[in-house]
Amino acid sequence: MNRSRFDFAVGLFVAIGLLAMAFMALKVGNLAGFDSGTGYVIEARFDNIGGLKVRAPVKSAGVVVGRVESIGLDAETYEARVLLRVYPNYRFSKDTIASILTSGLLGEQYVGLESGGDPVYLAAGDRLGKTQSAMILEKLISQFLFSKAAETPAKAQ
Amino acid sequence: MRASFVQLISALGHFFTSRIDRLGLAARFAGALLVSLSIALGRLPLMFREVYFSGVRSLSIVAVSGLFVGMVLAVQGYEVLQRYGSAESLGVIVALSLVRELGPVVTALLFAGRASSAVTAEIGLMRATEQLAAMDMMAVDPMSRVVAPRFLAAIFSMPFLAAIFSTTGVIGAWIIGVKLIGIDDGAFWSQMQANVDVRIDVLNGLLKSIVFGTAVGLISVFEGYFAAPTAEGIATATTRTVVISSLSVLLLDLLLTVMMFRGLS
Amino acid sequence: MTSFHESEMIALKDVCFSYADRPILNGIDLTIKRGEIIAIMGGSGGGKTTLLGLISGRLKPQTGSVLVKGLEVPNLRQSELYGLRRKIGMLFQFGALFTDLNVFDNVAFPYREQTNLPEEMIRTLVLLKLEAVGLRSAKNLMPAELSGGMARRVALARAVALDPAVMLYDEPFTGLDPISVGIIGRLIKRLNRALGMTSVIVTHDLNETLRLVDRVVVLSQGKIHRDMAPEEIRSTDDPFIRQFADGLPDGPVPFHYPGRDYWSELMDQ
Repeated sequence: MNRSRFDFAVGLFVAIGLLAMAFMALKVGNLAGFDSGTGYVIEARFDNIGGLKVRAPVKSAGVVVGRVESIGLDAETYEARVLLRVYPNYRFSKDTIASILTSGLLGEQYVGLESGGDPVYLAAGDRLGKTQSAMILEKLISQFLFSKAAETPAKAQ
Repeated sequence: MRASFVQLISALGHFFTSRIDRLGLAARFAGALLVSLSIALGRLPLMFREVYFSGVRSLSIVAVSGLFVGMVLAVQGYEVLQRYGSAESLGVIVALSLVRELGPVVTALLFAGRASSAVTAEIGLMRATEQLAAMDMMAVDPMSRVVAPRFLAAIFSMPFLAAIFSTTGVIGAWIIGVKLIGIDDGAFWSQMQANVDVRIDVLNGLLKSIVFGTAVGLISVFEGYFAAPTAEGIATATTRTVVISSLSVLLLDLLLTVMMFRGLS
Repeated sequence: MTSFHESEMIALKDVCFSYADRPILNGIDLTIKRGEIIAIMGGSGGGKTTLLGLISGRLKPQTGSVLVKGLEVPNLRQSELYGLRRKIGMLFQFGALFTDLNVFDNVAFPYREQTNLPEEMIRTLVLLKLEAVGLRSAKNLMPAELSGGMARRVALARAVALDPAVMLYDEPFTGLDPISVGIIGRLIKRLNRALGMTSVIVTHDLNETLRLVDRVVVLSQGKIHRDMAPEEIRSTDDPFIRQFADGLPDGPVPFHYPGRDYWSELMDQ
C-alpha cells in the first residue's frame, strides 16, 4: 500500500472522529448553554435544600435559565447557601423568589425562579431575599399524620 | 505437613516476586519507551501508518458495536423508564452511559482484541525473526522506529474511536427510542442536552479513553517486545495482551470514575 | 586506545562472557586484520554467535576488551555505538528481512534511515546493490515470496548498503540448497575484495567456508582451540577438528547428552 492511501485513510478516520466529537459536544451535550464560565452568579439561601445537586437546572417558567454552581452550609446560620449561575441573556428583578421544586413525583430537583415586579435587576453576587425550601416528603407525611391525630380526639368528644 | 506448608509459602512468594519482577521490567521498558518518544514524535508519518493498521481498521467494528450497544440500551432502558412514566429520559440514560462509561470502556476492550493483539504478535514475530536485531545492527533504534509509533497510535486512535462508538450508540438509541418506540423526538434530544455536560461528561469520557489507549498501547508493545521467540511464546503473549489489557481497562475505569464523578449527581 | 595498530580491525583481549551462571566464552584472544576473511567454527552453543554479539556491541563481556576500529566497544554510549554500527554490516542467519517491506524498500531502509540522499539517488544505489546480488528484477516482491537463498541475497545487499568496513555473517549457509550456498559464498568473497571489508563468518559449513576464508578459528569449550589456515584443516589430525570436518557422530564432542550411564539407569527399576 502506498503512502498516499495511508494518508487518505487516516485523514478520513480523523475527520470522522472529529465529527463524532462535535456531535457529542453539540447534539448530545449542549456546549453553548453549558459553558460554566459564562453568565452571572447569584446567591440564594434555603432552610433545607432536600436532594438538590450541583449542576441541577435553574428554571423560570419551565425554561432552563441556569445551573446550580455550588452548594454549601453557612456555619453560623445553618442555612444552605446555594450559588446559581444564570445565563447572561436572562435578567431577573431584585424581588425574585427562588424555590426548590421537583419535576414529577420522583424526578430530579431543580431551582425555580419566579420574577417579581421590581424594576431593578439582579446583578452578579446579589442575594435573593425570598426563598422557599424543598418539600420533604417525610415531613409532609408526618405533618399530615399529626394533624389527623389532632383532629381525631376532637371528633370523638 | 510442615514441608508442604513451606512449599505453599514459597510458591506464594514466587507468585508475587515473579510478578513484581515483571512489573519492574515493564517500568524500565516504559522508561526506555518514554525516552524514545521524542524521536518518534519527530517522525509522525510512522505513527500515522500504525494509526491506519490499529485505528482505521478498527473503525467498522467499533461503529457497528456502538450502534448495537446503543440499541440494546434503548430497549432495556425504555422497559424500566416507562414503569415510572419517564420514557423521555431514555436519551439521557443512554447518552450518559455511553459517553461516560461504555464508549471509552467497550472501545478499549474492542481495540485490545482487534488491534493490540495484532501489534503484540507483530512485534513478537519481528523479534523472533531477528528483524529488531537487524534494525539495531543498522544503527536504527527499534524502540523509536517500531515500538513507539505503535504505542502512540493506540493513544491517538482511542479517543476518536470512543467518540465514534458513543455517537453511533446514541444514534442506535434514537432509532429504537424515537423511530420504533415513538418517544417524542424533541424530548429525547432536549432532555439529553439538558443533562449531558460537555466538560464533565464528554471531556472526562475522552480523557478516560486517552488513559485506556496509553495502558492498552503500553501492554501490547511490552508483551510483544518480551515475547518468547517461539510460536507458543507469541501465542501466549497475544493472549496476555488481551487479558491484561481488559483487566487494566476495567480497573482503571473504576479508579477514574471514582476520581471524576464522585460527589456529582 | 591501547596498542591499536592500523592493520588491526578487530582485537579481542582476554574476553570472558557468561549468561547468568553459564560460561560461554572464557579468555578469548583474537586479532583480525583489515581485509581479512576469517571463519569461526565450533559446536552448537559454543559461543560463535556470542562472539559476533560482542564485536557488534549487542552483548557486553564480563571482563576483557573488545576493540573495533580502535574503539573499546563495551564502553561506548548508545550514540557512539550506533556511529560505529553504521560501519558494521551483519547478515543474520535467516536474513531478518522486514516482512512488511518489499525487496526494494528493505535495501533502501539503511539509506532512508541513515542518509539524507534524495529518493532518485537512493533508487540508483538500491538497484546497484540488487544488481550485485542478481535480484534487481525481484525488487517489487515481498520477503514472503522469496526463496531462502533469494532472501539471504537481499539481506546481503541490505547489509552492505552503506559499504561497511566490517561484515559479520551469522551462519550464512544454513538451510540453503547447494547452489545458493555457492552463490552466497561467491558473493561474500567478491564483496570483500571489491569493498575491502573485513569479514567474520560464523558457520558450520566446512566445505564452502574453506574455499573462501583466509583463516579458521575453531572454538571449543569457550576457548580458541586452534587458529589455522584452511589448508591445514584438511590435513590436521587434531581429533576435535577431524570429528568436525568428517562429520563423525562421536569423538571429543560426545554423541550422548552428558548424564548417567545407560546401564545403571536401566537397572534402576
